[in-house]
Amino acid sequence: MNDTAAVEPWVRRTATPKLDRIMISPEGVPLNVTVAAAGARAGALALDIVIILTMITVVTIACLLILWGFGVAFAGSPEAFNGPLGVLAVIWIISVFLFRNAYFLYFELGDRAATWGKRAVGIRVAARDGGRLTAEAVIARNIVRDVELFLPLVFLMQTSTQDTASSFTAWAGFIWVLMFLLFPLFNKDRLRGGDLIAGTWVIQNVKKGLGDIVAPTAAMQTEDETNPASRYEFSEEDLSVYGEYELQTLENVLRTGNEEALETVAASICQKIGWQPGSGDERIFLEAYYTALRARLERGMRFGKRRRDKFSRSE
Amino acid sequence: MNADLAVQTEGDAEISRVALRSDRFRLEREGDWTRLEQIVTQMEKGRSKRLSDEDVLALPTLYRTLLSSLSIARENSLDAGLIDYLEGLSLRSYFLVYGTQTSLGRWLKEFFAGGWSRAVRAIQVEIWIALFVMVAGAVVGYALVAGDSDWFYALVPGQFADVRVPGASEEALRGTLFGSEDKEGLGIFAAYLFSNNAQVAILAFALGFAFAIPSILLLIHNLALLGAMLWVFAQRGLTVEFVGWLSIHGTTELFAILLAGAAGIHVGRAIAFPGDRSHLAAASAAGKRAALVMAGVIIMLICAGLLEGFARQLVDNTAGRYAVGYGILLFWLIYFIGAGRRYRESGS
Repeated sequence: MNDTAAVEPWVRRTATPKLDRIMISPEGVPLNVTVAAAGARAGALALDIVIILTMITVVTIACLLILWGFGVAFAGSPEAFNGPLGVLAVIWIISVFLFRNAYFLYFELGDRAATWGKRAVGIRVAARDGGRLTAEAVIARNIVRDVELFLPLVFLMQTSTQDTASSFTAWAGFIWVLMFLLFPLFNKDRLRGGDLIAGTWVIQNVKKGLGDIVAPTAAMQTEDETNPASRYEFSEEDLSVYGEYELQTLENVLRTGNEEALETVAASICQKIGWQPGSGDERIFLEAYYTALRARLERGMRFGKRRRDKFSRSE
Repeated sequence: MNADLAVQTEGDAEISRVALRSDRFRLEREGDWTRLEQIVTQMEKGRSKRLSDEDVLALPTLYRTLLSSLSIARENSLDAGLIDYLEGLSLRSYFLVYGTQTSLGRWLKEFFAGGWSRAVRAIQVEIWIALFVMVAGAVVGYALVAGDSDWFYALVPGQFADVRVPGASEEALRGTLFGSEDKEGLGIFAAYLFSNNAQVAILAFALGFAFAIPSILLLIHNLALLGAMLWVFAQRGLTVEFVGWLSIHGTTELFAILLAGAAGIHVGRAIAFPGDRSHLAAASAAGKRAALVMAGVIIMLICAGLLEGFARQLVDNTAGRYAVGYGILLFWLIYFIGAGRRYRESGS
């Protein structure tokens, strides 16, 4: 599930290699996933708490408004007023309970397995073993959340409002919260207590568009001379100086680079293979070189020879 | 190398002129990929109902094709952008194909039809342990206060011990059992009790993962409180009335707390003694089973809150309270022992 496959060549390079994991799909295909960073988790939680508090506030205000309405309606008879007051109080207590507990359940059981806060920072819940995320797992991880977070928070608020409470209990509550809040930092998969119990983890969403073909002008094989890319011919020596790392850097430049970056890269390639730079159509040159280099490296790949970068020996 | 790479249909004349094999591979398949991407995007936005039947049926096939494309691309293509795209799309569609696939409503139906009672039966051993602990706690509480009534004040927090203290008169105690509460605030009281008890049950469960010890302590403490209270009433010959007062909701509530504690012990036991599995695997298997029990515990506590708030004040005689309390207990027992057995037999 994790480290053993990390030496495989197709494991992707990301900015956070410590959080990269491999999850084997039920079909047996290894999929690259990235564990959500602690900062993203904290941000999502903060957002969710704000959302829940907002919902509670809205319900409270609605209740107060209705109460005020009743107050006007039953201005003459205070006895008749008690019935609707009771109903309102029941609705309020139940809805606060539901917001606190059902909010996470409802959203994490949905197709995106993420609350609004998690969606906003682009993370989601998944089963750690690569299997189906079950309803039981979602319930388990959220029941534990109650003990990790809400219970001590309520406890802290109670102790801070009562002067009689000793500072010892306040500190105990504080350390309790801290212990659970920091728990994800002390394991490499960023699991909190609930994730541990439920067999889940939180990973990053990926959303990448299918880009264009990297080198469209050089991609077509043409016999005629109208294609400018066919002006360039590269020898084996010209192509043997670089490996996959350089190829992907070049791909990146071709996909996103501006004119200046293209010129710099073209100049350094020309220097490396002993050509004369400065023909003015760097993009065409780079596309032609990219296509030729990739064709060469992919041919090697099909025979099981891979060349990681320019420092590794080419067989 | 790849036979399918070499196969060219006549309409693909354009593709055949592409220089790189891996680019040809991509051009031949990108139609399927973009179709899958559209389906996935729609589903992620919660618009799966708008998809045509064809698209829904095609999803698993397209997903498997995509996975094979990904495997081939990893071995044959050095187009990092393409591989990134395939990786991302594979992961997204994997989550949809192997998603939760259940709505809250459908899950609840399965849950009541047998999922809950099966989970309860699966933690039988822990239920017996928890029951033993609870009985022991009550006995200890009773015995401690019987030995030295000062223990009462150590065990019972101030808010409960209004008039129910050692040495209170029979009338004062009887007043707390029968008809003293005004019936206006019952609903609020019930809702408050539910919310409060649910937190205790959740605590009893979730503390289990510290090797079950906090769960056991919590059970002992709660029941010791009960035992102490029982002694106060027994001193004035009100044992039967007190048990009746307690039974009407207590059979459900104590049963729920018993289950919650048992669920906590179950998780703690799995972490402490994982058997031949890893600690994490054992914890998550036990955690999921216990979560089912806990969802049921919440439902039982809603019932208990309603009984406590309404039925206890409305049924003001001891015989009636016994009838309601133990009738409900019988119902729970029949449900947990009987429900959902059929599924299991046909499954195994």
